[in-house]
Amino acid sequence: MYSIPFEHGLILAASLFALGLIGVLTRRNVVFVLMSLEIMLNACGLAFVVVSARWQHADGQIMFLMILTLAAAEVAVGLGLIIQMFRRFKTVDLNVLSQMKG
Amino acid sequence: MLDLIWLLPGFPLAGFLILALTGGRLPKNIVAIVGAGSVGLAFLVAVLASIEVLNSSDGHLSRTLWTWMAAGDFQADFSFYLDGLTVVMILVISGVGFLIHLYSTGFMIEDPSYSRFFAYMNLFVASMLILVLADNLVLLYLGWEGVGLCSYLLIGFWYENPANGYAARKAFVVTRVGDTSMAIGLFLLFSQLGTLNIQDLMVNAEQQWQVGSGVAVAAALLLLGGAVGKSAQLPLQTWLPDAMAGPTPISALIHAATMVTAGVYLIARTHILFELAPDVQALVAWVGLITLLMAGFTALTQHDIKRILAYSTISQIGYMFLGLGVGAWSASIFHLMTHAFFKALLFLAAGTVILSLHHEHNIFKMGGMRKHLPFAFWSFIIGSAALTALPFTSGYFSKDEILLAALESGGSGTILWLGGVIGAFFTAVYSFRLVFVVFFGECHHPAKEKTGFSMAAPLVILAILALVGGFIHIPVDAVFAHGEAVHEEHHVSILVHGLMIAVPIIGVIVSYLFFYSKTFSADKLAGSGIGASLHKFWFNHWGMDRLYDTLFVIPYMFLARINRKDLIDQFFGLIVWASRVSSSLAVKTQTGQIRWYAASVVAGVIVLLAIGALL
Amino acid sequence: MIVLFYLAAAIALISTIAVLFQRNIVHGLIYLILSLLSVAVVFYTFGAPFAAMLEAIVYAGAIMVLFLFVIMMLNLGLRSREQENSWLSNGIWIAPVIMSGILLIQLLNVIRGQSQDAVIVEVGVREVGLMLFGPYVLAVEIASILLLAGLIGAYHLAKK
Repeated sequence: MYSIPFEHGLILAASLFALGLIGVLTRRNVVFVLMSLEIMLNACGLAFVVVSARWQHADGQIMFLMILTLAAAEVAVGLGLIIQMFRRFKTVDLNVLSQMKG
Repeated sequence: MLDLIWLLPGFPLAGFLILALTGGRLPKNIVAIVGAGSVGLAFLVAVLASIEVLNSSDGHLSRTLWTWMAAGDFQADFSFYLDGLTVVMILVISGVGFLIHLYSTGFMIEDPSYSRFFAYMNLFVASMLILVLADNLVLLYLGWEGVGLCSYLLIGFWYENPANGYAARKAFVVTRVGDTSMAIGLFLLFSQLGTLNIQDLMVNAEQQWQVGSGVAVAAALLLLGGAVGKSAQLPLQTWLPDAMAGPTPISALIHAATMVTAGVYLIARTHILFELAPDVQALVAWVGLITLLMAGFTALTQHDIKRILAYSTISQIGYMFLGLGVGAWSASIFHLMTHAFFKALLFLAAGTVILSLHHEHNIFKMGGMRKHLPFAFWSFIIGSAALTALPFTSGYFSKDEILLAALESGGSGTILWLGGVIGAFFTAVYSFRLVFVVFFGECHHPAKEKTGFSMAAPLVILAILALVGGFIHIPVDAVFAHGEAVHEEHHVSILVHGLMIAVPIIGVIVSYLFFYSKTFSADKLAGSGIGASLHKFWFNHWGMDRLYDTLFVIPYMFLARINRKDLIDQFFGLIVWASRVSSSLAVKTQTGQIRWYAASVVAGVIVLLAIGALL
Repeated sequence: MIVLFYLAAAIALISTIAVLFQRNIVHGLIYLILSLLSVAVVFYTFGAPFAAMLEAIVYAGAIMVLFLFVIMMLNLGLRSREQENSWLSNGIWIAPVIMSGILLIQLLNVIRGQSQDAVIVEVGVREVGLMLFGPYVLAVEIASILLLAGLIGAYHLAKK
């Protein structure tokens, strides 16, 4: 049996999360933003699985399953919204969605 | 009977309520019956009550109606106290009041606000009765304020003319200064002596305060401030001449017979306080003397018939104050009563003249009214005789009483006496000036007398009282028995008596020479040089109105104009401004940009994690 | 195995960074799939083969394919490439990098000090299945309702 310093797994998850965050804040194409969100969700799932491996039980994997389900539903709805947005505004620029200002 | 004493102010108050609540919808004769009748019934109650009081064992009675306020150590009841002084006052108020109400039913018959007039008059009589019946100073203050209010309402009765409203406001504001002084005096009295019941106050004050102690001087001075306001003495006398803007019956009732005597009544009631502060009492006498002389000189120059009588009132009340100041309490009250008779007579007669000449007020536009207005003429003759204190009129007895007491009080009493005699001389000159100019000479403005029964009867009754009222012995001896030499024989020489009889007669003769036979010309005296400037100075009442204007009105208006933007309000505007600014700042965070919102979420997370890590 | 872990971790990081800089959407998606697959390998090295399979099948398979379908439906064309070039100027990277950097530092700060080595025991399908239909059966039901909601929502939103 081998052992991995699972702290490194968590570091990987944190880094992926931060990278996904950079993508959300930077990109103007709404599809890219959605992709960056997926990266972040994936990073969270990674963290869960790593921790469950540390304690050697399956709860983390089940949480990962839930996250996966959530991501799937969210992507479906999100892409539907993107389609609507494209039909309305004829562009995928995120900045056109700015009518709710004070 | 005394259980029904509440009816005494109750009848006029009921009259007021009926007339106020029906708001002018009643026919005029019903209004007249309610208005005058209520005061007439009050007079009956007053007579019955007076008989009972005078027959009682120790000469005074009291009745508590209900407890008005009680808080901690302080209690003020709605209770009435009747002694000899009260008897005089209620009989004068309700009696003369009734006669004036009767006169007004005829005088005001053509006025559209007939009902409102009688409503206010009844309220006034009710307040004045409460004032004199009051057993404690708080209830007295209630009556005091009530008469002040009614005075305002009635001076500005013909409110469509803004000048009347101005006169009413002036009266109210000037008397308010006095009222404030009196209120502070009440606070002082309560804090020092623990009670505001008048009789208890007198007892406590005697026991606890030294003669001439600071607190006694302060209390007496403050009460004096209230009295000079209401009684139109120096320095608060500027409102009374302008108050003549109101209808003549109220000038008779309020500004001659009753309200302006409230100050005299107050000082007489609290006379023990003034005896405890001899300096203030001396001040009362000097205030009376100076006011008397100032008003006398001014009356010489006036040409409005009512203003002459107004200055005459100020002058006569100056005599009353003079009497109070030398300790002649009952003499002053006596003069109060006789003054009520002849001054009311003079005002009502003047009302007849004014009405007959279609509201003409300038005496130099009248003349020769003797033939046309006999009632008014004889009323004026009798009234002026009493005013001048010609021998054996009522005014003679009362004024001489005061002057003799002044002379006998020693020290500066001689100066006071001399001033009073000079004042009497000028009183004779100006009152007979009025008579000669109006009733003798050429007739510029023919008129027909419009005197019905309701106007004639009061004139007759008042004329009789003005003549014989001097023989009435007022029952105030018991009230002032404390330390006053009452009716002791005056040990003065025949010369003094003779002088006091002669001076008014000389005055009449001087007036005759100037204004009837025109042997000397008043116009030439007043025409040029010193005469002209004196005339102008006295005509403007020694410049008092201008003085107050410069001292108070102009600076106040200046400050008000500076503060037009209302600095205090600006401060609250600051709060509004601050909330608007912060709101607009907060609005700027709502850009509508999605990435901005995402960034703010991230920033929030960072902050929270930082706090979490620190904690 | 340990080497496999580090290798897969490196590939995941590099490909994720590559996703960020892509101008072409489809290329970005491909890099993302690569990233996801390497994360699946990481799962496997940590003794969670079921999770690895799920990652590969569902995430890299279904979700990314969904993305691709929509992108092709949108039919953005070459125009989008120029757009992306213009939008991704140099200046806009600064603030996000700083903020994410701070966040990363905070997260690492929290993670620090947990350096026990984890002995990897394979937690297979059997354990997961037992847990899933044991204590977590309610979660399964709710997840299915969530998927139903997502389905209906997506259908409605994408309608003409």
